[in-house]
Amino acid sequence: MKMTGAQAIIECLKKEDVQVVFGYPGGSVLTLYDALYMSEFPHVLPRHEQGAIHAADGYARATGKVGVCMATSGPGATNLITGIATAYMDSVPLVLITGQVAVPFLGRDSFQEADIRGITTPITKHNYLVRDVRDLPKTVKEAFHIARTGRPGPVLIDIPKNIFAEEIDFAYPAEVNLRGYTPISEGDSRTMDAVFDELKFAQKPLFFVGGGLNLSDTSEIMRKIVAYTGVPTVSSLMGLGCILSNDPRFFGMIGMHGTYAGNMSTTETDLLIGIGVRFDDRVTGRLDQFASNAKIVHFDIDPAEINKNVRANIRVIGDLRWTLEKFYQKLQEKPAQEWQDQFKPWLEKLSGWKKEKPLMYKKDTDEILPQPVIEKICEITEGNAVIVTDVGQNQMWTAQFYGFKHPRSLLTSGGLGTMGYGLPASMGAQVGKPNKKVICICGDGGFMMNCQELMTIADLNLSVKVMILNNRSLGMVAQWQREFYNSHYAHSCMRTKADFVQIAKAMGVPAVRLDKKEEIEAVLKKAIFSEGPFLVDIRIPEEEDVLPMVPTGAGLNQMILGG
Amino acid sequence: MKHTLVVLVENKPGVLTHVSGLISRRNFNIESINAGYTEEADMSRITIEVDADDEYELEQVVNQLSKLIDVIKIIDLTGKDRVHRDLALIKVKASPENRAEIINLAEIFRAHIVDVNKETMIIELTGEDVKIDAICELLDDYGIIEIVRTGKIAICRGPKAAKDV
Ligand SMILES: Cc1ncc(C[n+]2csc(CCOP(=O)(O)OP(=O)(O)O)c2C)c(N)n1
Repeated sequence: MKMTGAQAIIECLKKEDVQVVFGYPGGSVLTLYDALYMSEFPHVLPRHEQGAIHAADGYARATGKVGVCMATSGPGATNLITGIATAYMDSVPLVLITGQVAVPFLGRDSFQEADIRGITTPITKHNYLVRDVRDLPKTVKEAFHIARTGRPGPVLIDIPKNIFAEEIDFAYPAEVNLRGYTPISEGDSRTMDAVFDELKFAQKPLFFVGGGLNLSDTSEIMRKIVAYTGVPTVSSLMGLGCILSNDPRFFGMIGMHGTYAGNMSTTETDLLIGIGVRFDDRVTGRLDQFASNAKIVHFDIDPAEINKNVRANIRVIGDLRWTLEKFYQKLQEKPAQEWQDQFKPWLEKLSGWKKEKPLMYKKDTDEILPQPVIEKICEITEGNAVIVTDVGQNQMWTAQFYGFKHPRSLLTSGGLGTMGYGLPASMGAQVGKPNKKVICICGDGGFMMNCQELMTIADLNLSVKVMILNNRSLGMVAQWQREFYNSHYAHSCMRTKADFVQIAKAMGVPAVRLDKKEEIEAVLKKAIFSEGPFLVDIRIPEEEDVLPMVPTGAGLNQMILGG
Repeated sequence: MKHTLVVLVENKPGVLTHVSGLISRRNFNIESINAGYTEEADMSRITIEVDADDEYELEQVVNQLSKLIDVIKIIDLTGKDRVHRDLALIKVKASPENRAEIINLAEIFRAHIVDVNKETMIIELTGEDVKIDAICELLDDYGIIEIVRTGKIAICRGPKAAKDV
């Protein structure tokens, strides 16, 4: 069938079962936008390209589908950078289509030209510049394949303006043939025997689960493994939701703001089994003290993750969908009861730690503390909401105090720690999951970074509930300054005459301020059960810390405790 | 320890930048890097000499490079029976008086004189890097004006191509 490059792209999107694209028009993509118009392809127009890409990212994390985002050349494309890096660090599958100046203008510093391929090379799984319209269908096919298979990630396709207008005989390739890209799916079953043997002799094993479980949708099988063996389990930030948070064998998040029981267990374990984790430095603390008494087993789809930060004694490479299934089968060679008996004293030890030093906060105060607010949000939503956080204290309090029950229910920028992520990502999540309650928990600083998206949310009448934990400061920065810089609050205060409630209303979102402790429940319920979007400006104290905390450079057992 | 890696890549624009960019941003130590065409039109070959502290660092270099979509295969030639070569062009001061000495020297090293004028000569030498280092040291006495070296390329002995190893 004869069609233009622009029409071909839309055909490709349909073939890839793309339901919606997030994008922002401009000169070099006008032909593409005209084709979107003519085909009535669903499109969300945010108010900033960074909003578009975080929205596509939130959509992808919430649904497990590939998020698609479009932008024009030059400034449109460069506005995507933070979002691309965010998705890359957290392995989120995205396909990004950017316009480029026409081929004859390439390389001449033409109007709105930026070498987006060059700029994004370190932060994409792969990228393309299409110089011939006949390459378009094959390129799009490859891009989706690369984005969603193996370890997922963002893939960018840069398309010069003239290519959108040129004609081709459209045919969508049935297969992808990339000799340099053969993602491992099935691993080596012998490694499972090795893990089994180690576990047989372990006294204090620990499962450490991460975002890989969320990405591969393997929480269910992991829950079975935990239940079958009774091995205590901890999580990274990205792994929250994979294991039921009130499972008696689950001890929460480890790392800089991890639980006491969780962090202590990593110091004492004799067999640490990392599953879909990448041993980020926020998790390990001082590397030479991390799990230093343990043999380490590492399950991952990406061989380059093995031995990158932590040395593994046993590597289990492969898609978790395959390896965990095989592991579970292998474990059944020994009865559940025997496993559980073997690890009972160790489990009891962790439970003791948990009882002794749970996550805590002040109870006798008239102020509105963030921790009970988050607990209340959890209670009202029965733990069933999709929670999207921004970055900073709000993110850590949410991780600590919202009892996650479901995979893909915490969307947060873990690897890059991108402020401004929360609001647009919650918008994308709500587009992808219209029947879910989507709640954005953010700080006053991060909220402002992409607050323009309130307008998009209002226009689309998306039922996103924005909870600003407003401490009039860049809380996490201020906390560090309090702890490590003699309380020199260098530019971390954001006292302002502006009013979030009015900002929200001006953009079309109903909003209230919450500053009385006794109104917490009523206000939160009103917000959460209302139709459409809602914003609550929650006034919390300025000097509340996220605790426990492991200072940088310390071991995980050297926590500053709180409460 | 130094390792010689053969990286077979798709012959596409930008691939060498991809490879070298990855190496620098991952903070690996590269001694030399070299790219050229191969027997297959759509494949290029990059030879990288990398200095790795230990096997783990080397493993990271290989695994990270392998993640690039356009990288087809990586072969570590270290310790394998192989031939490796570096090509050098050396411009040296050569007055009529010591010209004969330099020609002598070049002969010992099986180097070629590829250009001569009143004041200088250009010597072409291929060989292992130690050999090139050695001649440079000797030529230094006459005054080296300029050296250009390709960096190392390497190939396995035996009937198989690297891509089939
Ligand atoms: C884009 C970006 N800029 C700067 C930072 C550094 N940073 C991390 S947390 C933080 C403070 C966040 O303040 P706020 O959004 O008010 O949230 P709070 O910590 O108070 O919950 C800053 C500035 C960042 N993570 N991202």
